[in-house]
Formats: sequence, C-alpha cells, structure tokens
Amino acid sequence: MSAAGKDGRILLDHGSGGAMSHRLVVEAMLPAFDNEALAQLDDGAVLEVAGARLAFSTDTYVVDPVFFPGGSIGDLAVNGTVNDLAMCGAVPRYLSAGMIIEEGFERRDLERILGDMARAARRAGVQVVTGDTKVVPRGAADGIFINTAGIGVVPPGIRVSGHRARPGDDVILSGSIADHGVTVLVRREGLEFDADVRSDSAPLNHLVARMFAAAAGIHVLRDPTRGGVATTLNEIAGQSGVGIEIDEERIPVRPAVAGICELLGVDPLYVANEGKLLACVDPADTDAVLAAMRGDALGEASVVIGRVTAAHAGRVELRTRIGGRRLLDMLSGEQLPRIC
Amino acid sequence: MTIKYLEEYRSREIAGGLMARIRQIAVRPVRIMEVCGTHTVALFRSGIRSMLPDTVDLLSGPGCPVCVTDQGEIDAFVALAREPDVIVATFGDLMRVPGSGSSLQQARAAGSDVRVVYSAFDALDIARRNPSRRVVFLGVGFETTAPTIAATIVTARKRGLENFSVFCAHKRVPPALKALLSSGQVRIDGLLLPGHVSVIIGVDAYRDLVRRHARPCVVAGFEAVDLLQALVLLLEQIGDGRARLANAYPRAVTDGGNPKALEMMAEVFRPADARWRGIGVIADSGLEIRERFAAFDAARVFGITARRVPEPAGCACGEILTGGRKPPQCGLYATVCTPADPVGPCMVSSEGTCAAYYRYHRSP
Repeated sequence: MSAAGKDGRILLDHGSGGAMSHRLVVEAMLPAFDNEALAQLDDGAVLEVAGARLAFSTDTYVVDPVFFPGGSIGDLAVNGTVNDLAMCGAVPRYLSAGMIIEEGFERRDLERILGDMARAARRAGVQVVTGDTKVVPRGAADGIFINTAGIGVVPPGIRVSGHRARPGDDVILSGSIADHGVTVLVRREGLEFDADVRSDSAPLNHLVARMFAAAAGIHVLRDPTRGGVATTLNEIAGQSGVGIEIDEERIPVRPAVAGICELLGVDPLYVANEGKLLACVDPADTDAVLAAMRGDALGEASVVIGRVTAAHAGRVELRTRIGGRRLLDMLSGEQLPRIC
Repeated sequence: MTIKYLEEYRSREIAGGLMARIRQIAVRPVRIMEVCGTHTVALFRSGIRSMLPDTVDLLSGPGCPVCVTDQGEIDAFVALAREPDVIVATFGDLMRVPGSGSSLQQARAAGSDVRVVYSAFDALDIARRNPSRRVVFLGVGFETTAPTIAATIVTARKRGLENFSVFCAHKRVPPALKALLSSGQVRIDGLLLPGHVSVIIGVDAYRDLVRRHARPCVVAGFEAVDLLQALVLLLEQIGDGRARLANAYPRAVTDGGNPKALEMMAEVFRPADARWRGIGVIADSGLEIRERFAAFDAARVFGITARRVPEPAGCACGEILTGGRKPPQCGLYATVCTPADPVGPCMVSSEGTCAAYYRYHRSP
C-alpha cells in the first residue's frame, strides 16, 4: 500500500516525524533522488568535497504560533539546523535562510524574528550568508514559513551516524524532555495553565564539541525533535540493527511538563525537543562524556537512560517504573500538529 | 491501607507486593475481562501485563467508544463533513477511523472543514464565531462524556446558538455488559469494571448485573497500584468462589455516582437501542436526543442517519471487543492492518485493543 492516504492525498500524519513520515521519504523521496548519501537518512549528509568532509542539512519551520515562551520560529530556524549539523559531528559554519511570508504579516514581527535568528546565530557561532524571501497572497501560507540549510566541517577522525550504535553502548540524554512541544501546544491552544513551561530551543554544537574533546567513543548523536525521544530511539535501533532498552524512571521530565502531559493525554516520550540530544556511547567512555556534558549549561542534567543491546534488534523496550516491560514504539502519525 | 499520594500509586515496592500476592493466588487459569479500553492501555503501559503469571488471561471488552462506533455511523460523520457550510468538530480519536469509503482525516485533506477539539464546549465557541456556518459536534463516548455533551446542548439553547448541533452516537456500558454475559458466548471468570464511566454512573449501576450473572466485578482506577489492587480483589473472589461487586477506586467512584451529571444526561438524552460494531443491536444501550432538543439533533437537522453497511472483510474487531479473540489472532493484525493503514477502529483508537497490542507488544 502506498504512503499516501487511501485516496492518494498527503495527510498531516506524513509530516509528524513518525512512521508515516518515514514511509513517505522511503517511498517517494529516496527513489526520486537515488544516491548513497541520502540513503543513510541521518540528520544531515556527510560529503567528501575537495578533500574535506562537509556536513549539509536542511529543515523547514512552520511552527504555530511563531512566538512562544523560550523563543520563536527564528530561534528554531537557526538552532534546528545548527543541531542537525552538530549531530553529524560537524562544526556548523554557514546557514542559508529562505522565507515565505504571507501578505499582511506584521513588519515588526518579521524584524523580531530576524533579530532572534541573528542572536541565535551569534550564540551558535554561525553566519547566515545567503537567503531568499518570497511573499505570497493572504491565505497562501500561514504567517511565515522559514527554511534554513546549513553546512559544517567534520573534523578528521569523527564519525557519527545513526548506523553506528553497538550492543553495550550506553544511551545518554542531555536533559528534560517535552519542554518545547508542550510549550507550543499550551500557547497555541490558549490553555490557561499557570505553569512555568518554556521551549528548550538552543544550539547544541558547543556541548557536542566538549563531548568529542572528552572521548572518542561517541557512536551516535541525534536530537529528538518531531516524534520525540521514542521515535528517535526507534530510528537508531532500525538504522543500526540493534535493540535499545530504556529505564522509564531515569528519563527526566519537569514536573510542570509531566502534569500538563497527563492532563492532555500526551506522552512526553513522543513530544518534540529543540535543545536536547541523545548519544550512544562506548561504555568505557560514558563517565568522561557525562562529566563533559554536565560541565555545560545545556547538559547539566545529562543522564544515562538505557543501553543498546543485541536482543530484539530494531525494537526499543521500556523497563517500566514498577519493574515490568513493554515495547516503546515509534510514533505512527500526528500527535501534535505544527510544533516545530 | 490508605494510599494518599499519586507517587505511591506508582511505587515499585507496593506494586511488587501486590504482584507477589497475585502470583500466590492465581494458581489455576482464570479469564478476566478488562471492559475498558483505557484499562487495556494502562495494563500494557505500566508493564503489568509483562509481569502477570500465565494463569491470568486478560481479555478485552467493548469499552472503547470509538471502536464500538458502527461503520454506518462513521460514514454518516463523513457525509456530514461533506455537507456545504458545515464545520465538523470532533475529539481527535475519530479522525483516522476508516469508514466504507473515507475517513474524517481524508475528508479534511480533500477540503472538508473538520476540526479537532479537546472539549465539546470548544465546538460551541466555533459555532459562536461562525454564525453563517453550521457546526456539528460528533457525540461519541460513554457515560463519561455524555453529560458534558448534554451540557453543551443546554448551553446552546440558552444562548440561542441555532447553528450548533450534535450527532449523538453515545452509548451506555451496563446494557452492553448485560448483553455480553447473557449471550453465554464468552467464558469470563470476572470483570474489571471501567473507572471513568463508574465515576458518573456509580457502583450501584452494576448491582443488577452481578446479581443476575454471578461473576465477581471490581471497579478499578488507572494507576499501576490501582489496577493491581483490583486484580487482587478479583482473583481472591474467583479463588473463593464468590461473586461480589467491589469498588477498588473509592477515591473517585461512589455508590451513587455523580447525580448532577446523571441529571444533565437525563434532561437531554433518553435511552435508545443502538448498534455496536461487531455485536449488533443492543436494547437501550445508546442515547438519543429528546424531542424538546430536536433543533440540536444533527440527525434530524440534516436528515442523515447511519445506514447498515458491511464491515470490512477479515476484520475481527467484533470478536476482539467481546473477548472472543485477541488481536494477534486476527488475520489482518500487523500485516494488512496497522496504525498507519487501519482496517478497523480497534487499530486506530487510542483506547483500541489492537492499537494497544501493536504499540506496546507487537508480536503474540
């Protein structure tokens, strides 16, 4: 059965970052473009160009609302692509920014977003060196859509990929989950929570640099954006042909975020994060990597949440709080629309 | 033992103690029906299912309101969405349920105005803000949701929101349980009764059932310790040959239920025969909107009713909903029928048995 809905249309589920998104890519995009770099399906492509290894990545931001506690679409647009490059082991250098703006969008909102992008770029140490701007008639886009593409340089000797997880690796998470997705959802739905929730949007490249300086045994880096930690772990398990076991009790969730998730019936493991990373690390290097991470503001709460195994290859299992087990599946379709 | 704080309901120690008790008393095979879809999910998610001894066989029941919504009703929802100037407002769960030709999600992709709401009152807001459009809320759910939907109809009348209506497909749990136990087709040693439905209808609503059918029944909550306590009570009764009604969720459920909610329901709705997917028509098991609220009854306003349509070939939802089969025993499970490509609603509802198996267990 094809990846389109039964009557051949694209559904919101195809953009969720879960199983249906994956299927669309595999069934439609891969055959169209047909090359080895793309077929890796990592966060970015690592390419040999004139003797150097470059990482190249792109992402499009359609978040609604554009402003929320902790950031804006501008922050996401820069940090998101910086992070995709960092997850390839690259030092991010240059970004492009393409914008599609709806007629009638407030000029001052645009300037605020651009200011956010500039600030985020400075913080990450990257430059926006080229771009494009289109304006479409009212109704043809929702406010503003931003695409950023980025290039970075992968230092010699660094090789990270979703395919490189090995049985015995420790799985490290850099901090609390679901902050971004819950913040956007609360803001968009106008939910009157007296809760302190903020997007965690942040550039992770400096944290990653610290990790590489501390140890060589970093096999996988991924930032769990759309689809959340659960989906990202499943992707890694699938790409590497390994099993992953996670301990529910070890996963950090801020109480305010946990409370809102319970109220709304949303599972934090499937909610997007914009300033967190997952790492699969050789167990001999775990202590050194954790120490390096905890020395960075963005990694203070870093913790080992599980391990890679040879058992149940391609599947992720959760050890529950009470000591039982269950499958931790990939997100199928849309859980939360338009959160990044 | 009084447990005060939520954390204690998730305590590994307390859960461990209860599980040890279960292993002690579950010496011979027993079959327990988890009536409620949310219990099915909770039993998987908490990991309880993976810890229970093999002697305890848990079967699903019909307590998933989306799952038991008849195919003809789904088609009626899609037809409503295609009516000119109509905005359909619905709980998210219904979006992906496949009808005979299309689903609400596909209808939306094809241009119909279908909106997911968290609360039925959001649908009233949509009606207020769109006076030139007709807003229809899809009323699916058991006694847990029916009182709120009743309240929206009362409010709509008070505010003169004439462009608002409800397509009422609500159902009632006790008549379905009665029909199930009377059919004699399912061998069940005890029942785990729904938590949220019981908050509304009260423990007393099941007394007749227990009297007539002599099976132990325990109302259960949703945390791990709640479920384990309820299972202990059930297994003890089964072991002793008793058949009593017990409330293992006393912090939320009372004997009399919620009188205000029941009054609200009775003001707007009255019992009617209803068709349950895979089961057929069960007397008095549904709700219909009373005459005096006819202006808010979408079926009357639009002249659209649910037709009898055949269910998809090979779909075993009906047997799964009545404890007759488990999802891995359906020929379509996880091969043809998956959450991304569901054949029946059990695979797509957040409380659906097949979806729960697929998500938390996958293989038999």
